[in-house]
Amino acid sequence: MPNFIMSYLGSSVTPGEAGNQFWALMYVLIIFAGVSVAVMAMNWLERKALAHFQIRLGPMRVGPHGLLQPIADALKLMLKEDIIPAEADQFVFWVAPLIGLLASFTVYTVIPFGPSQAVSDMNIGILFMLGVSSLGVLGIVVAGWASNSHYPLIGALRSSAQMVSYEVAMGLAVVAAILMTSMKTGTGTLSMIGIVQSQQQQGIWFIFKFFPLGLIAFVIFAIAMIAETNRAPFDMAEAESELTAGYHTEYSGLRWSLFMLAEYAAMIAVSSIAVTLWLGGWMRPFPNLLHAPAWDFIFSFFPGLTFLALAAIALIGTARMPSHSFFRIQRIGLAVFAALLGFIALLLLVIAVAGRSADASLAARFNEGIGYVYWFVLKVAVFMYLFIWYRATWPRYRFDQLMKIGWKVMLPISLGVLMVTAIVGVLVK
Amino acid sequence: MSEHENDVSSRGLSSLDRSNLDLETPEKPYLDSNELIINMGPQHPATHGVLRVILKLDGEKVLGTECVIGYLHRGVEKIAENRTYTMFNPYVDRMDYVAAVSNGLGYCEAVEKLLNVEAPPRAKYIRVILTELNRIASHQLWLGTHALDIGAMTPLFYTFRDREEILKIFERYCGARLTTHAFRIGGCQYETYAGFEKEVKNFLAFFPPKIDEYEALLTGNRIWLERTKNVGVISGADAIALGVTGPVLRASGVKWDLRKAQPYAAYSEFDFEIPIGENGDTYDRYMVRMVEMRQSLRIIEQAVNGIPEGPIMGKVPKVIKPPVGEIYHSIEAPKGELGYFIVSDGSTQPYRIRVRPPSFVNLQALDIMVRGLLVADVVAVIGTLDIVLGEVDR
Repeated sequence: MPNFIMSYLGSSVTPGEAGNQFWALMYVLIIFAGVSVAVMAMNWLERKALAHFQIRLGPMRVGPHGLLQPIADALKLMLKEDIIPAEADQFVFWVAPLIGLLASFTVYTVIPFGPSQAVSDMNIGILFMLGVSSLGVLGIVVAGWASNSHYPLIGALRSSAQMVSYEVAMGLAVVAAILMTSMKTGTGTLSMIGIVQSQQQQGIWFIFKFFPLGLIAFVIFAIAMIAETNRAPFDMAEAESELTAGYHTEYSGLRWSLFMLAEYAAMIAVSSIAVTLWLGGWMRPFPNLLHAPAWDFIFSFFPGLTFLALAAIALIGTARMPSHSFFRIQRIGLAVFAALLGFIALLLLVIAVAGRSADASLAARFNEGIGYVYWFVLKVAVFMYLFIWYRATWPRYRFDQLMKIGWKVMLPISLGVLMVTAIVGVLVK
Repeated sequence: MSEHENDVSSRGLSSLDRSNLDLETPEKPYLDSNELIINMGPQHPATHGVLRVILKLDGEKVLGTECVIGYLHRGVEKIAENRTYTMFNPYVDRMDYVAAVSNGLGYCEAVEKLLNVEAPPRAKYIRVILTELNRIASHQLWLGTHALDIGAMTPLFYTFRDREEILKIFERYCGARLTTHAFRIGGCQYETYAGFEKEVKNFLAFFPPKIDEYEALLTGNRIWLERTKNVGVISGADAIALGVTGPVLRASGVKWDLRKAQPYAAYSEFDFEIPIGENGDTYDRYMVRMVEMRQSLRIIEQAVNGIPEGPIMGKVPKVIKPPVGEIYHSIEAPKGELGYFIVSDGSTQPYRIRVRPPSFVNLQALDIMVRGLLVADVVAVIGTLDIVLGEVDR
């Protein structure tokens, strides 16, 4: 195999840092595909979970338990007529969804799925991330403006005001976490990987650091990130009962789906920031207490076991399906899906066992990498579930109340947390 | 364009003067900062049908509103002039289609008054049971859609699940779920089915925990409180001046309920309370309706336990031919005072029927309730007024 492929394997830094452009490109492609699949899965999960909150079934017809619904939707959206309103600013209207999409996908270049499982380890990673993700608001404003229609305009104005005000509190909460990175080592870091490594060195997730300071900063970030992604209860920009569909009222088909893709990608991105900053990123639970190799071995089974559980759920679903011949295809489909999940589980379990036997081998490194990505994705998934849960439970805030909370409640608290963190940090040192 | 005196803080009766809602917009320069005039409806997710509200906005602040109605006008009152009294009975169900039983009750009682006959006690009790069940069903639909307008999706599904139990009782009683046509002039056409009382009693036991469930989602919810408290305030005096009735009036602190004030059917025999609010805001209206549901259960419980035996139809001639004269009879429908003014020329067909629908009258309070509030509150206030466009437009 060519040297530029092989030389990177075994390296313990990101492809960007190692200067290996081939693997950097591979990572970009993997992440792009992964995020797209995650968005599709999220789409299905949101509809199912929301339906079950609301004593409905959700999608059931397209594929077993509606598993193929996101694909059917994507196909439908792509085949729809591409409508640009006659009064719209054509070029800007065209470019707006792309801006949003670009912003939410560019963020993933610095998200660390593991110590070397990231495209690049930028030394200003968190700044880059906040900067790029706030570009997303540009897409929304531009969409609202270009539509040349009242409802989108109001939606866009709401959204821009909201995102700008919540970014302040969000930024201050992030600074509090960055201050914590300087504890022990003396020098802080803005690198996403550095932040997780510093949690590793200090032996504590930052959510528990200087209890309750880390927790407060985390809660502020967790609230601000909902506002930042325009999700319920802060979904002013697309409040369907007030503004029909907010900034994307005039959009349809593929362009509309790009907005949705951007929104979900942004949700995953901000959840990743939260996980990286406060929940120990890729680290498995209790790495400082349960650090014996035996524990490593036990925890390395978790990915396989998770997939095994999913396969079991799918199998139970297959068994519970009505035995009528109408359901034959669905039953077979679900059985195949269960088999696929089971196969992945088996593969992961084999890797877990093989990765243990020979240290520093490729299998071991692979095993390690799977562990990192698994714990990271699991933590992000918890946030995704929370997003759905919020949406099912809460009414929507009014615009002025939202601004009041942003400026009069969250900002002072986050400022206070920042100052107290700084003082405590100096005193402890 | 004249300068508007947009004194949004004074939302008293003085602001009822529509002259400062100047909807004529002359040519404006590019990039002006004037008011935005926006059309809400008739196709809009939160206008409960085909209501069109023209909003004049300063940013998000509402400077004035104008309701445009008539998209669902079917000429119900005119139809009445070409139908016999009996034939017109099903038409009234189509006005407030979520409270069809109440509409039927009002009409039947009005004609009975004109004929000077009275329904037998058993029929009256059946009427009370079904009407109160219908009140609960109507309030459930109101709650679900109101919460949905404010952004809480889930209560809608909970209320629809429980409303189903009421609709099942209706269906088994008269075969229809929505436009029931449950009563006849002079009483009820159908005797209760076997197991009616048991099913109603089951519902009495089933429903209170469900109200608790709705309240658990909303009543103490911070966001719900912020969205409803001090939103859409209307004083008792304003409400009376505008002719507003029903829970909207009672939430403003006016204890006026026709079931107590002018008892009809068998209401004078039951013991129940009339909840009233204090501030006349959206939250009070919410609480009033929630308590009303519980009070309705109380009435149903007394009625179903004390239902007398006997005939269900009064002595009504085969051909209904009321004497020359006119009558106004009103009942307390779920949304407010529902009145029927019937002029008889002595023939089999009414000379004129005029319906006083609560939704239509309550809707005109929208303007003074939302002035100075934000766009999001318009939606909340439309929801809290609990309008049904079929009744507004008739």
